[in-house]
Amino acid sequence: MNAIIVSALLGVVMMFTGIISQKKSVHTAVASVGLLLLLLANLLNHYGLFVIHVDTRGMFNFEQFGMYFNSIAIFATLVYVLLSGKTIEHTGVSTADFYALIFFVLCGVSILSGFNGLLMLFLGIEIMTIPLYILTGADKRNLKSNEASLKYFLMGSFSTGIMLMGITLIYGATGTFTMGESNVIGSGGLIPKTSFLEIAGAILIFVSMCFKVSAAPFHFWTPDVYDGAPGVFTSFMATIVKAAGFIAFVRLYENNTAMLGPTWRILLSFVIISTLLIGNITAVFQQSVKRMLAYSSIAQAGFMLFALYSANDLAKEGILLYSVAYSLATIGIFAILIKMKDYTFDGFNGLAKSQPLLAFAMAVCLLSLAGIPLTAGFFAKYYMLASVVKTGGSLWLVVIAVLFAAVSAYYYFRVIQAMYFKDGEAELMELTPAFKTGMLALAVLIILVGIFPTIVLNFFYF
Amino acid sequence: MPIQYYIFLCLTLFCIGIVGVLTRRNAIIVFMCIELMLNAVNLLLVAFSKMHHAASVGNNPATTAGIEGQLFVFFIMVVAAAEVSVGLAIIVMMYRNTHSVDINFLNRLKN
Repeated sequence: MNAIIVSALLGVVMMFTGIISQKKSVHTAVASVGLLLLLLANLLNHYGLFVIHVDTRGMFNFEQFGMYFNSIAIFATLVYVLLSGKTIEHTGVSTADFYALIFFVLCGVSILSGFNGLLMLFLGIEIMTIPLYILTGADKRNLKSNEASLKYFLMGSFSTGIMLMGITLIYGATGTFTMGESNVIGSGGLIPKTSFLEIAGAILIFVSMCFKVSAAPFHFWTPDVYDGAPGVFTSFMATIVKAAGFIAFVRLYENNTAMLGPTWRILLSFVIISTLLIGNITAVFQQSVKRMLAYSSIAQAGFMLFALYSANDLAKEGILLYSVAYSLATIGIFAILIKMKDYTFDGFNGLAKSQPLLAFAMAVCLLSLAGIPLTAGFFAKYYMLASVVKTGGSLWLVVIAVLFAAVSAYYYFRVIQAMYFKDGEAELMELTPAFKTGMLALAVLIILVGIFPTIVLNFFYF
Repeated sequence: MPIQYYIFLCLTLFCIGIVGVLTRRNAIIVFMCIELMLNAVNLLLVAFSKMHHAASVGNNPATTAGIEGQLFVFFIMVVAAAEVSVGLAIIVMMYRNTHSVDINFLNRLKN
């Protein structure tokens, strides 16, 4: 509960900061301090030291898993603000409002990691996405940003409508907003117990969640939106928000797939394979690194969906590790990308000569996304696949996933190749020493998690 | 009236909304179709709420069964209002730059 309340309050505080101070660097400083406070509040809640008690009538279920994810999301946001804060200041006019919106998104994230029942799921998703529509359109004069914003908004509310229909059908069948339960009394209900409505509802919610986490075949909005949005906010959308979507997805279907029976796994493996296929194959043909990252985020979503498929404790550890590895690496890559003048692969030519440190950090992030050993991404992928093996059967799915991971190495290595083995003048905006140190620290962190994944997972069991 | 009538009515409204979103080219009309989808859901929720209430009121006259469905409707209304405020702002922003609310404009990002 701490994270929800404190993040909402900090959003309001940020808006007042915008009135009190006109200096943009002050806004970034206040936001960083606020994120630290938020992290502290969530940790206090996690270890039971200081908890704001609110009687939620069973609408929330604050368990370890969700709390821990909150910490990860807040920490990732802190890293993001520290690395890209300067760029946020240069985007648009109202920096404080952007930070306020980021805090509101975090409020939605904390609701999604603790919801119990479909009402809070719906509210969490809306609180998370409505600020994002605004952030996507933050660059008001830019047509691409406008277009991305409108597209995201229309697709987002369309999928919300589908989700609401699903929730309603489940309510009609069971008389409750908790999935997998039923309040309908014996034969007194006007609708038989294992109802067609419930199954239809579960599938509609599944479709809408696939929209939200951009799993194929509902991914088509993602590349356009990620490409059109200002780079800083794409970075936020593609990492923290996406991971939160998966946490909600995993928590929603954790124990509630009984009504779909064996169809569930068939449906899910279809979605996983098409996500991996479309994400990886299309990413190969991209010319712009930003658009390639959009497709790569679809491909990574395919891997994260394995947590849903296997739904055991290993999968839960895996999705947490995956959120850390994927978020840190993508935030790092975007932090460098938005400093580049040219977003194409050629724009990276010769970066290693002019900026060896940044090139190294970028290479570590890319290797982590590709899942090369000694980086965080390797163990993230390993846990995902191991959890599928643990459920038994379906080894073919693992084989397909590994093959696609090999495909993904191709387009990540293209960037590394451009940086190290091609000649050119990579043009960057001005860089501060603090930024370089931050990127180096991020690279070290990724390698550290890659060597000792238990430092992330041990916190989970504290 | 049997609940089936409500279900069919709401699903019809919902499908009209979906078809509208997928086929119309005017951003405002697409937006109205999304609202139609949400309101179809509202109507269905109220109908189900009444149904659940009617089903359990025989056993216990003081029952509150079905009340959460009506509560949900209020939440949907609030969220829809929030979405309208953001959505219309986005459409106005686009109109200022392009002097049109045509969705076909959205194909610029494709390549």
